[in-house]
Amino acid sequence: MVSKIYFLECSGNSGALWAANTANGTAQSLHGLVSCAEWTGIPLSTLLDEAGVEEAAQWVSAVGADAASMGRSVPLNRAMDDVLVALYQNGEPVRPEQGYPMRLLVPGCEGNISVKWLTQIKLTRSASQFRDETSKYTDTQPDRLSRQFTLPMGTKSVITTPSGQMSLQRQGLYQITGIAWSGRGSIRRVEVSADGGQTWADAMLDDQHANKALARFRIPWQWSGASAILQSRATDSQGNIQPDRDGLISARGTLGRYHFHGIQSWSVNATGEVRNVFA
Amino acid sequence: MSLRKKLIRVLVPVAASQLMLLSVAVSQAQSVGLGTPISESQLQNFDLIAGADGIGFPAGSGTALQGKEVYDVKCATCHAPNGEGTSGNTVLVGGDMHSDGVPLRTVGSYWPYASTLFDYVRRAMPATAPKSLSDIEVYQVTAYVLYLNGIIDQYKILNSESLTEINMPNKGGFIDSSQQQ
Repeated sequence: MVSKIYFLECSGNSGALWAANTANGTAQSLHGLVSCAEWTGIPLSTLLDEAGVEEAAQWVSAVGADAASMGRSVPLNRAMDDVLVALYQNGEPVRPEQGYPMRLLVPGCEGNISVKWLTQIKLTRSASQFRDETSKYTDTQPDRLSRQFTLPMGTKSVITTPSGQMSLQRQGLYQITGIAWSGRGSIRRVEVSADGGQTWADAMLDDQHANKALARFRIPWQWSGASAILQSRATDSQGNIQPDRDGLISARGTLGRYHFHGIQSWSVNATGEVRNVFA
Repeated sequence: MSLRKKLIRVLVPVAASQLMLLSVAVSQAQSVGLGTPISESQLQNFDLIAGADGIGFPAGSGTALQGKEVYDVKCATCHAPNGEGTSGNTVLVGGDMHSDGVPLRTVGSYWPYASTLFDYVRRAMPATAPKSLSDIEVYQVTAYVLYLNGIIDQYKILNSESLTEINMPNKGGFIDSSQQQ
């Protein structure tokens, strides 16, 4: 068995930011569908090697024991890479609500594909085209074509302090801190802006080698009492840079509901109240 | 404290080399002989995957005419009498991917494969009693939902072959991004 620390994020996380109007949310309510834990389990590749993979197989279908027997298809090359059949989370057996006795854990990918209560693994020539990879979890583009199997979660960061609905009580020195992650590798850089993206400064990263895991960043900030817009921008080990919201929307449109990873803007007004804004 | 540190330093390389030896042994032997093959009969009531390639469909058939009787009793409570739905997630009919604004995405307007409808109804519906429908009833209800969407007529006999041959309106509307890095 192997133990690795991985984030797990719902592809609907931050979905409120696709909407035209800003929700007066918190870091938790807007971006809280992400977690990070140590997962211990058997590499799926070990099981598949043991069972023997026929040459025609291109996909792995995984099915869970929930009432709806939810299924997802994983491309074989990804399944043979770093996918786990996880039995333990943070050193204890995976809890019932997390998929006891075992679940799939597909590092870096949208959470729904990490099938809980795993009961079936089947190799197939083509994707099984389950409901949750056709009707759901697909991204309709402006040209009305929909992208399927958009599995890795985008390079992303969010400032958790100060963040929505917090209130700065006094002028002076603050620590801006938050988390960053990428489904394609580790976080190499997080920049922070206090003027809505006009100027940026590099934040300190607690861990530059956390592969597909959350990395905390922090940077000191002197608040003068004037209004400000706080933003963070992550860069991962593949060179992917977190886009701003306008850039993401101009590339992807707003017909999709999943995979928002644009820059979060928190406005601080002169009385110190922090609010979600588009900037 | 320092003893503990030393122990860890010694243990880690040992553990790593043992792991390497193990993995070499495994790849040389090709198999460690774990597990037993599962028989076709064991799989029969367990493997519910009915794929877009037509593999995994059970025997049987059904028409929309027959499906209406099942639907009215077991589906209409949530999906409404004609598939118009009782909430955003229960709408089964209508929509146009090329309409203005955000298109209504339903079985008829969005789903690329009819196989998905059969697979999902069989494994997940009705929500209050998943897997309680017989295979015949699943064929019938699948036919009825396709009929409500104007995709087949009410006499069309759906079975493992005819079902996978159906061209859904949005069949060409998807891009497989699974190999994009």
